Amino acid sequence: MTAASHDDLILEIANLSKSFGPVRALRGVGFQLRRGEIHALAGENGAGKSTLMNIIDGILRPDSGEIRLDGQPVTITSPAMAQTLGIGFVHQEIALCPDITVAENIFMAATNSSRALLMDFRGLERRAAEILRRLGDIDPAAPVRSLSISQQQLVEIAKALTLDCRVLILDEPTAALTEREAQILFEIMRTLAGQGISIIYISHRMVEIFDNCDRVTVLRDGQYIATMNVSETTTGEVVSAMVGRVIDSLYPPKLAEDERSGEIILDVRGLTDRQRYREVSFQLRKGEILGLAGLIGAGRTEIVKGICRLEGTVTGDVSLHGRVLHLAHYADSIAEGIVYLSEDRKGDGLFLDMSIAVNVSALSVEQVATRAGIIDDRRETEQAERLGGRLNLRYGHVGQPVSALSGGNQQKVAIAKMLSVSPKVIFLDEPTRGVDVGAKAEIHRILRDLARGGVGIVVISSELPELIGVCDRVLVVREGRIAGEVTDDEMTEDTIMYLASLGEQPPVAS
Amino acid sequence: MSTVTTPSGKDRGASGGILDTLRRLLRMRETGLVLIILALFIAMAFASPYFLTWNNMRAMAMAFAVEGVVVVGMTILLISGGIDLSVGSVTALAMVIAGLLFLNGIDPWVASGMAIAVCTAIGAAMGFFVTRVGLHHFIVSLAVMVIARGLCLLGTGGRPIGLYTLPPEFKFIGQGSIGVIPVVIVIFVVVVVVFDFLLRRTTMFRKVFYTGSNEKAAAYSGIRTKKVVFLTTTLCSTLCGVAGIIYMARFGSAQPTFGIGMELNVIAAAVIGGASLSGGSGTIFGAILGTILLSVVSSSLALLDVSVYWQDIIRGSILLTAVTIDHYLNKRRG
Repeated sequence: MTAASHDDLILEIANLSKSFGPVRALRGVGFQLRRGEIHALAGENGAGKSTLMNIIDGILRPDSGEIRLDGQPVTITSPAMAQTLGIGFVHQEIALCPDITVAENIFMAATNSSRALLMDFRGLERRAAEILRRLGDIDPAAPVRSLSISQQQLVEIAKALTLDCRVLILDEPTAALTEREAQILFEIMRTLAGQGISIIYISHRMVEIFDNCDRVTVLRDGQYIATMNVSETTTGEVVSAMVGRVIDSLYPPKLAEDERSGEIILDVRGLTDRQRYREVSFQLRKGEILGLAGLIGAGRTEIVKGICRLEGTVTGDVSLHGRVLHLAHYADSIAEGIVYLSEDRKGDGLFLDMSIAVNVSALSVEQVATRAGIIDDRRETEQAERLGGRLNLRYGHVGQPVSALSGGNQQKVAIAKMLSVSPKVIFLDEPTRGVDVGAKAEIHRILRDLARGGVGIVVISSELPELIGVCDRVLVVREGRIAGEVTDDEMTEDTIMYLASLGEQPPVAS
Repeated sequence: MSTVTTPSGKDRGASGGILDTLRRLLRMRETGLVLIILALFIAMAFASPYFLTWNNMRAMAMAFAVEGVVVVGMTILLISGGIDLSVGSVTALAMVIAGLLFLNGIDPWVASGMAIAVCTAIGAAMGFFVTRVGLHHFIVSLAVMVIARGLCLLGTGGRPIGLYTLPPEFKFIGQGSIGVIPVVIVIFVVVVVVFDFLLRRTTMFRKVFYTGSNEKAAAYSGIRTKKVVFLTTTLCSTLCGVAGIIYMARFGSAQPTFGIGMELNVIAAAVIGGASLSGGSGTIFGAILGTILLSVVSSSLALLDVSVYWQDIIRGSILLTAVTIDHYLNKRRG
């Protein structure tokens, strides 16, 4: 590293720190970007990649540290300023105006940073068309709405390119692309790098990093871990650097050998929705907590929603305790005792402005009503108090709106809602997202108790330590298929990351 | 806000009692409205000797009773997250259809049933466009508002139809009294009490609240939200049909231009009564108080010889004030 002369560096970051309240997102991070290189930034969710990039783009301000561009210290205060400095950022989420044309979308940013009083339409149009030609077959006059997601992604890249950027940040640009489109993108990246543009490439996918990047920097828990030349390292080394963390929170004890039963609660066979997953088969056994791992977009959530008939047109068999179910709507699934805890607690898990009691009873109001359908307030209150007590929910009274509770307690209300129907199988999608450490441990304990009580528990989590700590068995989903299963000693972050990104077990350690 | 945090919250019932009930009552929207209406009554009793007379009370009640039936439908629809601009024209259409059928020799009761059925079908059609096609309530009902009005004018040539031969037992719904209480008011009270109970207490209508509060969360609770919205849309039009028939019996005629601007009054009443335009909250009782408030204000202004032009300005200001207060209360709570 020290060998790199300062002439060589376009962007240099030293000792950068950033906190959000008590959370230290970045701690003294350093990063060096050379002219014309493709530099991968790797790390788990929450490692600090986005925070770092948002600081470079001027969206966030660092608490301390230095950013040097061409050797000069700079303070970047806004994305517009980042643009004038030649930094282009292609976000993972597409932010285009769907009803105007591709060309106009591309001009939008360019116009904004241009100092000219009048727009040079002809020049911009010519350049836009030129760039679009390189990016594949996109009509500059077509409205963005008519494009596929991957084409829209390419328009985002084109937009960044029209800004004469010297540093281009690409945040997981291939997440929505097909293999061929991704290859085209990589070619473009190499061409740009050949022209002297430096690219920061954020990705989880090891193959992409190793096939296309020059160097890779790894962040973990907001700290700088290492920068390696791709040609001199291995996937194993990078993955280890990414996940090499000691599990520090306590997880409840797992199922002992003699507690394991062969009894199958849920049997899923050949579940297919033709778009996002195909031929998914797995079994859930009594007493175990089953994990579903995979990269974002691998199809975990979609598979589970398909089983519950929450979305998608699904074929394939789902049997509960040996009986094939005929489910047409999620209401049927609830009636059979199969429920889904949403990953988006605030968006679709809870009714935030309604009371705790009313939230808890939402899956089946009929349960707290007379046969004629008249709700018994006392029973509704009792139900919420009983389940709240069981989950150690902290609240004033059950008539309080859910919005008044903390994240962890809101999640407990969401779980109480699931338990209100005495479910046989619960799918929990990111059950501890946005929940503090204490409540997290409590939720894990609750899941274990439920599993011991014979309820089938399936947990989706993007947090590998959580899956490894809580689950007895983990299925790894990759590109809509189950790529593998890990149990016991095989359950390591390396193995799961390998399966999730490559679809194969890691080579035996040399 | 400063409520005691207990794991079970059980000790609350024990220490609650009258004070607690009183506090909760004071926090309710309805209490505020009752107090405002009472204050208006007292002020008007001093301002105009005619105000507190039986005849004036009766006239005021008659004025808001029929519209109150429509307010019930609108409130339920608003709670489910929808809105209906067509209420005025659909009410008029019910009158016109029933009136025309009656003039063509059909029994008035049968004619009324058919008119209500047509209104229900109109509501179902709107529900279809909203839930199946995916259009917004506002646009769909705006179109229907214009279409239904057009049908009224087309059917009558734009002139009111006199229905002088309506049998007295039919006119009784609109003009008769049971003891000293007008039948119209009896019908109104029954509709309000029944729907208020249904909305507060039944599982069926609880789903309306869930759907309006967060449609996605409702779907993720296994509620068929499209069905709920379809039904609330339909119900609102059905109640418009019922209101139209009562008006016809009361006026003894069918008026194609009746109810222009009614939607604004009805939506204002529901919103003053606590219904939220974004769905998920509202009560029938509150909405009716909103209706009464607007009606008392109009009647008071008329008694005080205030120009009718001022009335609209004052009504609009009341609406704006109520919504502003509500907005701030909500923000503080959130």
